[in-house]
Amino acid sequence: MKLHRNFTKWLVVLGVLHAIVICAGFFAPYDPVEQDRQSPYLPPMRLHLLDARGHFHLRPFVYSLRLREGSFGQFEEDAAKPQSVRFFQRGARYRLLGFLPCRRHFFGSENSRIYLLGTDAYGRDQLSRFLFGGQVSLLAGLLGAGITLLIGAGVGAVAGFYGGWRDSLLMRLAELFLALPWLYLLFALRAFLPLAVSPLSAFFLIIAVIGAVGWARPARLVRGVVLSAKERDFIRAARGFGATNGYLLRRHILPETSSVLLTQAAILIPQYVLAEMSLSFLGLGVPEPAPSWGSLLSSLQQYSVLVSYWWMYLPALFMVPFFLGYLVLASSLQDHGEAYKIERSSLGSLT
Amino acid sequence: MRYLLRRLGHGLFLLVGASILAFLFTTLAPGTYFDEMRLNPQIAPETVAALRAQYGVDRPLPIRYASWLNSVFHGEMGFSFAYNSPVAPLLLVRARNTLLLTITATVLAWAIALPLGVWSAERLGRLPDRLLSWLTAAVMVIPDLALALGLLVFTVRSGWFPTGGMASVDFETLSPLNKLRDLAWHMILPVTALVLLSLPLLVRHVRVAMANVLKAPFLLAAQGHGIPRSTLLYRYALPAAANPLISLFGFSIGVLLSGSLLIEVVMSWPGLGPLLLEAILARDPYVVVGGMLLSTLFLIGGNLLADLFLYWADPRIRTESVER
Repeated sequence: MKLHRNFTKWLVVLGVLHAIVICAGFFAPYDPVEQDRQSPYLPPMRLHLLDARGHFHLRPFVYSLRLREGSFGQFEEDAAKPQSVRFFQRGARYRLLGFLPCRRHFFGSENSRIYLLGTDAYGRDQLSRFLFGGQVSLLAGLLGAGITLLIGAGVGAVAGFYGGWRDSLLMRLAELFLALPWLYLLFALRAFLPLAVSPLSAFFLIIAVIGAVGWARPARLVRGVVLSAKERDFIRAARGFGATNGYLLRRHILPETSSVLLTQAAILIPQYVLAEMSLSFLGLGVPEPAPSWGSLLSSLQQYSVLVSYWWMYLPALFMVPFFLGYLVLASSLQDHGEAYKIERSSLGSLT
Repeated sequence: MRYLLRRLGHGLFLLVGASILAFLFTTLAPGTYFDEMRLNPQIAPETVAALRAQYGVDRPLPIRYASWLNSVFHGEMGFSFAYNSPVAPLLLVRARNTLLLTITATVLAWAIALPLGVWSAERLGRLPDRLLSWLTAAVMVIPDLALALGLLVFTVRSGWFPTGGMASVDFETLSPLNKLRDLAWHMILPVTALVLLSLPLLVRHVRVAMANVLKAPFLLAAQGHGIPRSTLLYRYALPAAANPLISLFGFSIGVLLSGSLLIEVVMSWPGLGPLLLEAILARDPYVVVGGMLLSTLFLIGGNLLADLFLYWADPRIRTESVER
């Protein structure tokens, strides 16, 4: 029963990453929708420890940016104006975890603004938008996966446990959903739902659509597990003692499916985060001004942005660790599942 | 033969089911294409009403479905309101563009993945194998959107390849040979993106399948007979490892139409993906349904092909289906 040693390590990494995103209000220096019209498309500021004369400062600082003489949209560091980074600085109001009113930010600056990932067309801080956008995208992935697994487990359990016409009906339906290309299905479903709605209802709409589309694969897996569990001796014994169907399902059969569901969750969550990103990227997801990882990247659809403002791509690089974490989690869970299966089958041949 | 018929029947059932499902989705839509026309003061309400009647958007669902089925058998697949033309020709042009892209990418990806996977499996656990595993994992964790955009940023900044579209502005004036060159030149970027997206998965599967077979005693015996290494690998081991790869190949065939949606949109390749997106935004239901069904057809066909290929390649499956 030894899980991959990586598993715990990456679980912690993922936990920390998610905690940062959950507490986005604290770690982001500014409000994600606050505009700074004076400085659109400002390049990222670099953190310095050594000043122009080579003196070392323990407190990191940035230089404010100024337009290069005779250029258009080319910025350079203004060595005369250093801005030291203040930690635990008071700034814009936000609600921590959605309810705690706060003003403290992890870092900030006293008189001018610091943009570590640059700004977008409206002068909004890209770092803040990345962190808050993570809340939208990751939550969409998590909730969507939750819905999928709920439907999948329900359908799979009914199909596997009761069998008969229910089984064939549900499994035919599952085959149908598996035969449809899922990204197309997602888009088509989204297409036939209202396009112009408020950010919040759009968010829930998208979660519902993403969650509803992918139920077929987990349903089939759960059905398989339920089918084999149904015939195990201890369940027959429980039935002999007069256990009802509901009790059997709840106490003995559904717990058997937990490892399958867990593995599926680790596979589905990043897939759904990507789905939300794709939808938002194409303008079918959470509308502006609410940030999402997809809409953060959508400005790259303009050629001028691609040519001149490369830092708009930076958020994409910061998403990679999240996906890496989920990939490692999924693959070690899968390995674990296989080892478990082998153990089970070798036991079966002994008895 | 009976196996083939049964599989074909199953595929047909899925296709019909998919079309019914797609049609059900269209009824979820609040409003139709003509609702926005009604807001336009230049179009008389009578015109809108006449159009609605002409295209039968107010008729009940089963009747609409039946008339759509009828138009499918006439090779039209319904009518696009936005393009004011039957859907099928629209789809076919776009599907051709998509296939041009994806078939090239798939052939390339497999041509690279097979030798690379075998090469890696042969060195299982040694440094080159571990490096390759890391490399494939690294490419795998980059979200496809980020990968495509990254390639785009890179090419725009380097200026090496064209970054969008399928042809240069002066395409029509070029000689046939130059036309071909121009096309290939425009394909480089999207094909690279597609190959990069599919390659890691393929390499990993080839590697695992080969690694499992390479442990088999019959290969040791063959080696003992003095059969050269390359013959051993490609003539003896690879066919034995083929089963999972054939299924994977069927999947590759299946996603030929649907797998490149994002890449096409990002790199503005005039394929099925952008058409579908436009149709979604314009509320043009038959184009969406048509595009979805065409790609479903490919998915089902790919699976079918893989099953038949497996049936042909693996005697165990043949005897199994005879017994049944």
